[in-house]
Amino acid sequence: MTVLIKGAGVAGLAAAFELSRRGIAVEVLDAAETVGTGASSYAGGMIAPYCEREAADEAVLTLGLSAADWWEEAAPGEVFRRGTLVIAAGRDSGELDRFAARTGGYEWVGGNTIGELEPDLAGRFDRALFFPEEAHLDPRKAMAGLYAALIERGVRFHLGSTDLPSDTSFSAVVECTGAAAIATTRGLRGVRGEMLFLETSEISLSRPVRLLHPRHPLYIVPRDNHRFMVGATMIETDDDGPITARSVMEFLNAAYAVHPAFGEARVVEMGVGVRPAFADNLPRVLDRDDGFAIAGMYRHGFLLAPAMARQLAEKLCGADRPPFSPNSSFRQGATQ
Amino acid sequence: MLTLYGQELGSRMLLGTSRYPSPAILADAVRQAGTEVVTVSLRRETAGGRQGGAFFELIRELGVRVLPNTAGCYTVSEAVLTAKMAREVFGTNWIKLEVIGHHDTLQPDVFGLVEAARILAGEGFEVFPYTTDDLVVAERLVDAGCKVLMPWCAPIGSAMGPQNIAALRSMRAHFPDVPLIVDAGIGRPSHATTVMELGYDAVLLNTAVAGAGNPALMAAAFAKAIDAGRAAFEAGMLEPRDMAVPSTPIIGKAVFS
Repeated sequence: MTVLIKGAGVAGLAAAFELSRRGIAVEVLDAAETVGTGASSYAGGMIAPYCEREAADEAVLTLGLSAADWWEEAAPGEVFRRGTLVIAAGRDSGELDRFAARTGGYEWVGGNTIGELEPDLAGRFDRALFFPEEAHLDPRKAMAGLYAALIERGVRFHLGSTDLPSDTSFSAVVECTGAAAIATTRGLRGVRGEMLFLETSEISLSRPVRLLHPRHPLYIVPRDNHRFMVGATMIETDDDGPITARSVMEFLNAAYAVHPAFGEARVVEMGVGVRPAFADNLPRVLDRDDGFAIAGMYRHGFLLAPAMARQLAEKLCGADRPPFSPNSSFRQGATQ
Repeated sequence: MLTLYGQELGSRMLLGTSRYPSPAILADAVRQAGTEVVTVSLRRETAGGRQGGAFFELIRELGVRVLPNTAGCYTVSEAVLTAKMAREVFGTNWIKLEVIGHHDTLQPDVFGLVEAARILAGEGFEVFPYTTDDLVVAERLVDAGCKVLMPWCAPIGSAMGPQNIAALRSMRAHFPDVPLIVDAGIGRPSHATTVMELGYDAVLLNTAVAGAGNPALMAAAFAKAIDAGRAAFEAGMLEPRDMAVPSTPIIGKAVFS
């Protein structure tokens, strides 16, 4: 049997990996010329299930705990397990207590430890929360690595195309079209996220840093080549137009508060992505007439795509059964 | 019964819709509180002037009255324009008017507020101004056509609770017939009870509920606290005394023997 995956973003590629490792032939279709061109390419890439728990359901923590292991296996060498550092300006120090009350898996650290973890932040903050179990990756590199691994496994890609490959009949179709599914999926809405890339060699960070603020929380994720991803807003709209001046101002202001050297950084890229979300902001594997859909990844694409891909694979294969016999159609397979 | 611009409301709790963990949790909080009015910020949710789409649909599906606000406006013209957009999007003349004077504290620009209130009232809006506890500003707002006043009790989002009880008392005494809603600064249910005991007509909350560990449960707690404060005000409370006063007569007790 062959499964067609529509969409080569983080959900589609994770699904392709989970299915192909179970011996299912997979083809991937995407209108874009390369993989990961949607919201995936603007993701923070933080594998931060504990921090996300601050404003997310318990399920985000439980489903996300194994994500770092999954990415390490799917894209070896791309995962950095250095934890997350959560800081606040002195006058917003109460935000740290609030954040601590909503999360777990952290250690309180003082100025000395902050300086040991991130020497460039030494002396700037008196206390912080350190989440040692968390990890991060560069979404673009991780997607490229995953793409290469899938090619190696024999997954066929049809990029730059909207037509179904005519030479194969598919026993199931899995829709992983991200924001494009908003128009056709009941209950799905768009949540706009804006981000920018700064480049400076004046400072370096080893791990994602989250700056708490009552109104403009922000995170800075270090990338290669002295780059820093700064994000991200959460705006209730499916407008994917360019970033607003206000958001840029807030980002730069907050980044400057983390370290004044960001004031001299170059702004090398700005981006906007629309994250599809259900009312509870949790993703789902949906049943469709011709197969399934993975929908509503919200801001948790890299954190929860592995869990969704696994759920999909279990639905397709049946938890205790071998994959479909090669000749059975999808529907027969589902009702065996 | 609370009456705001001719609308009778059973609940004295108004709830903001920002920064909940999810729209589903927001909906749950609205249900748990039994709130009948929610505020919606038009500005951040409509980047590019589009109509907020799905999120506004979710708000409409709550089945409660929407009080759009002009959050994030720093000038009179911005606030007036946002109010007009809100009227189109939500089909209501109600507008919570915010003109922010200070980026950091979000303290209202009371001069711009009065001017914007006058313009909007002249265009048929029913204005709910977010103001300080300053009596003269309040008088100007009433002159400008506001039939409801919404003073802060502490800076927005600060969760400090009432910082100037004397000013709140004085405002209540000066405007016995104007519905007064404490907007901003409430952190916990006891704060809400305190201002309701002062005779305030209602409380508007957002962060205290949205930022709670369990927003729906906190919404329910606030609803009870607001009802308790109101009932206490209506029942009439004892004033504190300097000396103990026993609740049973002491004549004939052993103390005199």
